[in-house]
Amino acid sequence: MAKVSYKEISINGLWKNNPVLVQLLGLCPALAVTASFVNALGLSMATTATLIASNVVISLIRNFVKSEIRIPVFIIVIASAVTVVELLVKAFAYDLYLVLGIFLPLIVTNCVILGRAEAFASKNTVVASFVDGLMGGIGFTIILCSLGAMREVIGNGTLFDGMHLMFGEAAKAMTLTIIPNYKGFLLAILPPGAFIGLGLLLAGKNIIDHRS
Amino acid sequence: MPFQMIAAPHLRGPNTTSKYMFKVVIGLIPGIIAATYFFGWGVLTNIVVANIAALLFETIALKLRKHSLKKYLTDGSAIVTATLLGIAIPQLSAWWLPVVGVFMAIVIAKHLYGGLGYNPFNPAAIGYVVLLISFPKEMSQWATPDWLGPVSPDKLSFAETLGIVFCNTIPDTTSLDLLTHASPLDFLKGQLKLGLEIPQIIGKDPEMWGSFAGKGWEWMNVALLIGGLYMIWKKVITWHIPVGMLGSILILSAIVYVISPETAVNPIYHIFSGGIMLGAFFIATDPVTSCTSVKGRLFFGIGAGALTYIIRTWGGYPDGIAFAVLLMNLSAPYIDRFTIPTIYGAKKAEK
Repeated sequence: MAKVSYKEISINGLWKNNPVLVQLLGLCPALAVTASFVNALGLSMATTATLIASNVVISLIRNFVKSEIRIPVFIIVIASAVTVVELLVKAFAYDLYLVLGIFLPLIVTNCVILGRAEAFASKNTVVASFVDGLMGGIGFTIILCSLGAMREVIGNGTLFDGMHLMFGEAAKAMTLTIIPNYKGFLLAILPPGAFIGLGLLLAGKNIIDHRS
Repeated sequence: MPFQMIAAPHLRGPNTTSKYMFKVVIGLIPGIIAATYFFGWGVLTNIVVANIAALLFETIALKLRKHSLKKYLTDGSAIVTATLLGIAIPQLSAWWLPVVGVFMAIVIAKHLYGGLGYNPFNPAAIGYVVLLISFPKEMSQWATPDWLGPVSPDKLSFAETLGIVFCNTIPDTTSLDLLTHASPLDFLKGQLKLGLEIPQIIGKDPEMWGSFAGKGWEWMNVALLIGGLYMIWKKVITWHIPVGMLGSILILSAIVYVISPETAVNPIYHIFSGGIMLGAFFIATDPVTSCTSVKGRLFFGIGAGALTYIIRTWGGYPDGIAFAVLLMNLSAPYIDRFTIPTIYGAKKAEK
């Protein structure tokens, strides 16, 4: 096996091969739950946790799974990880669980996770898979949170509204009102805003890549 | 004096985009005059604000895309988009409403798709739809045509109108509730939902129903029809899309009207109310986003008319022209593909 460089894995996960911006995977949650920053952060953290857990477990068992049945095995591992994450969110952040709703169990179908299991974890060591899962997850989180922040500011005029869903009552003070007396721009909150916002982020990445 | 003989062809110069757009603006003038007469100065402030914003956004977008300002800024397409949007949104709306609409139209719907000629959707219709779904309250506050006496919008002075549009200051003698009103179509929709029948609804507010299709709105539509006929005469547009669109609305509404006259308004009301004439002659006929084949244009018009009628009658919005036109824009390439004209003399392909 070729020696893996952690720096390269990190750059790939965060930028060069970013799950959302380059591979365009996991678009369903990326578009559906990013109406506010807190929703985006909650879901992407849950996804990151799942990604790390499934990457590590699949990497551990990679030598015992026959190639013919690997997909069902991976799916079972991912589904178990998602169930654990879902129960954790339900136990410790019940309000967030209610807000995220169906999108939490739907992490199972997020292609990023199966994609990384198939392309990376099933061929690499445990530590490398852990780093890959972490970096891919952070890359996913950054994009979802940027999109969420963008849509929240344009759509509602606020930022970090509803953080108490994740961090308890004390976080209520985190809400920033970016634009006072804002009437709200409903389009940004509605699905078309998600598509336009993601398109602009993609364009932004391409501009940066072309310049360098 | 020598008699000059000039050999054919007698060319009048190439038909440029700016000439085309100029004729569209001429075609809009009767409609603008009628709207200003019935709804007050607010119509003109909308159009002026939209045009200034459009030229500004167009300049910025062209600079960013490193295109020639002289060539593209003078083609007049931004002015036509802005003027159409200015007529279509509620009169007396605050200045930022047309600005947001024009931004979506010029920057998002036109330049992000590659500029004029590459946009799959009509920019003005996109701007209108974005405003309609983002600001439902502001987009339903239509100026009340004159029937409430001294407070109606067309009796406001120019300075008072500017105050409302730019500073949100409403004269002491009146209020926003007196100046604005649901449009006749909106009112009709709301009352029908309450289970009332047409004669009862007319009885509630007979002034609003005007002579045949809603006070103010009917004559604005007639004026736009005249402008549209001018455009057909000048060969700016062909008759296919407007005729298809008005025809399908007429036929559909006539069928429903015959079946149940208590819950459906008559066909004449349908084609002269709301933004039908603006949509049929000025928005659906956009050469970039509609069909190119003759038969295709007819289908395009029929489809747009049918969708408008369906959205109006059974949909959630009182008027559905912008949605109908956008849906047809989406299907225009496919209609074109199925209506490729056969070359003269060519045999029909064997099946």
